[in-house]
Amino acid sequence: MLMLTLRRLLGTATVFLLVAVLVFLMLRLAPGDPAVLLVGDHGTPEDVAQVRAYLKLDEPLPTQFLVWLGNVLQGDLGRSFYHHQPVSQVLLDRVGPTFALAMVTLLLTVCVAIPLGVLAAWRHGTWLDRSVLGLSVLGFSLPSFVLGYLLIWLVGLKAGLLPTQGYERLGTGSPWTTLRYLILPAVTLTIVYTALIARVTRATVSEALTEDYVRTARSKGLTELRVLFRHALANSAVPIVTVVAIGIGMLISGVVVTETVYAIPGLGLLTVDAVQARDYPVIQGVTLFFSAVYVLVNLLVDISYVLFDPRIRY
Amino acid sequence: MSLVLKRAVLSLATLGVAGCLLLSNTVHAQDKVLRVVPHADLRVLDPFATSIYISRYHGYMIFDTLFGMDASGKVQPQMLQSYNVSSDRLTWTFVLRDGLLFSDNTPVTGADVVASLNRWGKKDLMGQNLFGYVSKLEAVDAKTVRMTLTAPFGLVLETLGKPNSIAPFIVPKRLADGPLDKPMPELIGSGPFLFKADEYKPGEKVVYVKNAKYVPRKEPASGLAGGKVVNVDRVEWVILKDPQTQINALTTGAIDILESPASEQMVALKANPEIGLINVIKTGWSISLRFNHITPPFNDIKVRQAAMLALGQEPMLRTQMGSPDYYKTCLSYYPCGTPLSTPNNGGWVSARPQTEKARALLKSSGYKGEPIVLLQPTDLAMLAKAPLSAAQMLKQAGFNVDLQSMDWATFATRRTNREVASKGGWNVFLTIHAGSDLLNPLSHPIMAATGDRGYYGWATDGRTEALRTAFAMAQTDEDRKRVGEQVQLRAMEEALFYPVGLTFIPMAVRKAAVSGLIEGQMPVFWGVRKQ
Repeated sequence: MLMLTLRRLLGTATVFLLVAVLVFLMLRLAPGDPAVLLVGDHGTPEDVAQVRAYLKLDEPLPTQFLVWLGNVLQGDLGRSFYHHQPVSQVLLDRVGPTFALAMVTLLLTVCVAIPLGVLAAWRHGTWLDRSVLGLSVLGFSLPSFVLGYLLIWLVGLKAGLLPTQGYERLGTGSPWTTLRYLILPAVTLTIVYTALIARVTRATVSEALTEDYVRTARSKGLTELRVLFRHALANSAVPIVTVVAIGIGMLISGVVVTETVYAIPGLGLLTVDAVQARDYPVIQGVTLFFSAVYVLVNLLVDISYVLFDPRIRY
Repeated sequence: MSLVLKRAVLSLATLGVAGCLLLSNTVHAQDKVLRVVPHADLRVLDPFATSIYISRYHGYMIFDTLFGMDASGKVQPQMLQSYNVSSDRLTWTFVLRDGLLFSDNTPVTGADVVASLNRWGKKDLMGQNLFGYVSKLEAVDAKTVRMTLTAPFGLVLETLGKPNSIAPFIVPKRLADGPLDKPMPELIGSGPFLFKADEYKPGEKVVYVKNAKYVPRKEPASGLAGGKVVNVDRVEWVILKDPQTQINALTTGAIDILESPASEQMVALKANPEIGLINVIKTGWSISLRFNHITPPFNDIKVRQAAMLALGQEPMLRTQMGSPDYYKTCLSYYPCGTPLSTPNNGGWVSARPQTEKARALLKSSGYKGEPIVLLQPTDLAMLAKAPLSAAQMLKQAGFNVDLQSMDWATFATRRTNREVASKGGWNVFLTIHAGSDLLNPLSHPIMAATGDRGYYGWATDGRTEALRTAFAMAQTDEDRKRVGEQVQLRAMEEALFYPVGLTFIPMAVRKAAVSGLIEGQMPVFWGVRKQ
C-alpha cells in the first residue's frame, strides 16, 4: 500500500507539471486580453499597457511561467485579477458550496442508485427491472438544466417549498438553511448520477448473481437480503466504486450548469466566470486543484479495491 | 399489500410530510434590505481605473461629485453650496457644502477636490479636454476651489457634471495623489452609501449600507442631482447570470429589482401582476455600428457611405429587442429627446435600408467583394442579435460579409487589433452606450475623429475635430445646437459610424415591495423605498 501511494505521488508530480504547462500555454494562446477587459470600452492603448505592466503580463512568457510555477511550488497560486485576493483564498471560499453539493448528491445517489440497481438485478427481466432501466435512460438523457428548471418550477415556484436559487454557507445560518438551498440542485444531479450508477450496479450484480458462491449462499439458507447485499453486491463493488469515484471527480469539477441554474457560488461558476473574464491565475489555480482532486480520488479508489477484494494486491 | 409494507409506506409518508413542514419557508423579520440583480458583476472597484458601467454605478453609490446631472439633463450643484464664473468666463470658483464627510470621518476639503480633479483629469477624455484649458486649479481655503482657464471653455459644467465614465468622483487627497498606474488602495468616499468590503464576494454579492453621516441636499432627487436620501438600511447586488434564474428569484421575492431583464423575458414579466417594468433611463441605450477606418475596404469613404445606405435602423432594432415597446429609431447621433438631437443627417441614416442606392454607390467605389469581417459578441445580451440583421442588410447591398461570433473577451481584444481582417483584425462591429453618454460631440466617444487616439476604428477627420473644438468653445445653447448639428452632418458624411437607434431596457421590480425609483441617467438606489 505504501509503495502504491509513493509511486502515485511521484506520478502526480509529472501530471501536475504537464497540466501546469498545458493550462498556462492554452490561456496565453487563446484570444482575449484581461487588461483590455479591465480598462473597459474607453480605455486607451496606454491604459491597457499600464494594466498589463501592473499584472506583469508584459513579461516574456517563459518568465511568467517560471515565476508562477515557482510560486505554486511554495504554495502560492497567485492573486486573482478580479477577486482582489489570493487564488488560494478564492478557492477556499468557493470549494465549500461545491463540496457540500457534491456530498449531498453523492449520499442521495448511493442511497438510491445502489438499492435500485440491486433490485433491478434481483428481478432481472421483470417490470421492476425494465422500469429501472427506463428511468435510468430518461435520467441521463435529460439535460441537467432541463431537470433543474422543471424542479424549480414544480417545487420552488408552484409549491413554494424550497428556494429556487442561491446558497447559505454553513456557519452563517442553521445547517437546515444550508440544506434547504442544496436539496433541489442535489436532486437534479442525483437523478443524472443515479441513472448511471443504477445501471452499472444492475449489470455487475446481475453477473454476480449467476456465480456459484451465490447459489451456495442460497442453498445454505441465507436470506435473500443477505445474499444480495452481503455477497452479490460486495463482490460487485469494484466497478461500482470506480463509477462512483468518477462521479465524485465530475461533481467537484463539472457542475457548472447546475451551479449556474441554481446560482450556487461554487467552483463550477467560478471557473466559468474566470474563463469569461480571462482571470488567468484563477483558471490556472482551479485547473491544478481539479487535477489534484482527480489524482486523490483515483488513489483512494485504488486503495479501496483492496478493502473490497482481498485478492487484489499491489 | 403485507402489513410490513403498509407500515413502511405509512412511515415514509409521515416522514415526508414532516420533512415538508420542516423545509417550508419560515417568516423572517422584515429588515430593509434592497436586493438588486445588476446587469454585470462588479470586478473593478476603483472607478478611476476603468470605464466599465457597473464600476461607475458602484462609484455613484459610495462617492459624490461636485455637480450632478438631473433627469432633464441639466447640471446642478451636488457637493457645492455655490459656484460662480467670472464675466470673462476664465475663472470658476466652487464652494463646498457644509457637513461633507468622507467615510473615514475626515472632512471633505478643497485640497481633496483639487487632488481628485487632477487625478480624474489625467484619466478621463473629457477631463483631458477641460484640463487642456486649465492654467491653475487651487484650493483657496478648506471649502473653496478656484479654477483658472486659458480660454473660455464652454463645457465646464457639462464636463464636471458628466454622468458617464470616468466620472469626477471626489476622494481624499492622500488617495488621489497615489500612482496613476495602480488602483486606489482604499475606497473612501463621501457618498450616500458605504461599501462593505468584508462582505464583497466577486461573482456572488456586493453589499452597501446606508451612510448615516451623509448629508443629502434639500432638493428632491432627480437623476444624479438633488437630495440623495437613502431609505433602506442595506443594498445588496446579487450576481445571477442565468436569465431564468433571475426571473425565478424575482418571482419568489428573493430579489426586489432585476436591472436588465433579457428581452425574451419581457412578455412573461409583463403578464405577472406582481412585477412592474419601469424604465428609469429615458435616454435609453444607443447602439452604434462602427467601421474600421484604417484598413480596406472601409478606409474608402465611398464604401463606408454605401454601408450607411445599406443599413436600416428598424430591422436591427427589431431583431435585437423584439417588441417596439423597447426600441425607437433615432436618426441622430445624439439620443432623441435630448437638446442637440436633430434628424438632419444628410440622408445617410434611415429607418429602412436604402439598398438600391447602396448597391450603386458600392459599385462605383470599385469594391471587389473582399470579405467584410463583422464581429458578433454572443454573450452580451444587449447586443448579441443586431449584428445578424446588419450582416443580412449588408449582404443584400452586395457586401461579402463574414460574420464571426465570439465571446465578449475575444471581441473586446480583437477590436484593439489594427491589422487587416485577414491577419486578426476586423472591419465592422456594433457597440452600445448609455444614451446619457452621448449628449454632445465631446462626450460622445465615437464622434471623436482623432485617429490613433480615438475610439476603435480610428477615424481621422480634421474638419470634424475643428467643429468639436468649436463646440467646446460655444457659450450659448443656441450656438451649441447649431455647431452640434454641424458636427453631426460632417460626421455622417464622413460615415464615422452608423447610429442603429435607441433601446430601452426597463427594470423589473416587485411592485408590492419597491417604490420611489428615480429617473435619470442610470439606476440609482437612493430614494428607493422597500416595504
